[in-house]
Amino acid sequence: MTFINYASREINCKIVYYGPGLCGKTTNLQYIFDSTAPQAKGKLISLATETDRTLFFDFMPLELGTVRGFKTRFHLYTVPGQVFYDASRKLILKGVDGVVFVADSQEERMDANIESMYNLEENLQAQGYDLMAIPYVLQLNKRDLPNILSIEDLTAELQRKGEPVLEAVAATGVGVFDTLKAVAKQVLTELRKS
Amino acid sequence: MADTSIILHEQQYQQIKAVLAKLSLDAASRVVFLVDKDGQQIAAHGDVGDIDTTSLASLAAGNVAATGGMAQLIGEKEFPTLSHEGERESIHICVIGRVLLVVVFDERSSLGLVKLRVKQVSNELAAIFEELKREAAKQRTDEAFFSEITDEDIDSLFS
Repeated sequence: MTFINYASREINCKIVYYGPGLCGKTTNLQYIFDSTAPQAKGKLISLATETDRTLFFDFMPLELGTVRGFKTRFHLYTVPGQVFYDASRKLILKGVDGVVFVADSQEERMDANIESMYNLEENLQAQGYDLMAIPYVLQLNKRDLPNILSIEDLTAELQRKGEPVLEAVAATGVGVFDTLKAVAKQVLTELRKS
Repeated sequence: MADTSIILHEQQYQQIKAVLAKLSLDAASRVVFLVDKDGQQIAAHGDVGDIDTTSLASLAAGNVAATGGMAQLIGEKEFPTLSHEGERESIHICVIGRVLLVVVFDERSSLGLVKLRVKQVSNELAAIFEELKREAAKQRTDEAFFSEITDEDIDSLFS
């Protein structure tokens, strides 16, 4: 749910990184955080377990610049990927403007990707959204690993509606900003349409 | 159906700021925030100092969402107020429709006083947001500004 403040001339949007456990959602945010100028970002908040697994969410605000005199600020969130944190995932989707689905390209994680994708559709519905109607991109992460499926196979299985599909190695930053750009662009385009 | 966007114009923003300023004074608080339930800060008043207000807003919303989830599991609609008392600083959060009123206070005030003052301004804030909702629905069709955003404007953000 976009928040537009005419008084302070700001547009605030919420983007959620979704996907199965250990697919690299937090790594995406960490890379964005590490490679952004200090004046463009706030703190990276990680509500994680002692073993660094996301417990509730990661959050970072990111200022991209101005559009027609309005500061555009994106609030980036990740969800906890582990199956049993479903109640938390549902809550984090509240008010979402755009979703990035981070898929793990490794062959043995395909079932987890599919399960998480269904879970995303269900949880979006629970919050009153339709995956087919909201800004959405698919990121195929971990492209540097040896046991990965081909882009064609992953796309055939996971692409839902002709959304942009981006290859990534989040740990080294490959594709991370392209993914963010793809979803942010859709969010702003949606704003224009509404 | 998901909530529609909050669109805040100068007049309502000043109205909200005035309510927060009064509350901050009456409750002898350190700082008062208004945050939407999705974690976006709407307005603040008081001694923000080195508080990271953006993070606080997001965490307050997460906090309310999590306790709201617990409420529903035990058959409650939501927990309308939450209080966290620390050794020196404390936080009181009150849910008012789709927004959260967050009051940070120290030993110069008390939870009782904060609760009382928050209750007194809740209706006022609820009325402002009701009005905002009505206006947003009315203005939706005549708002030309965002339709003027071009692809070049969007691309320039990433150049």
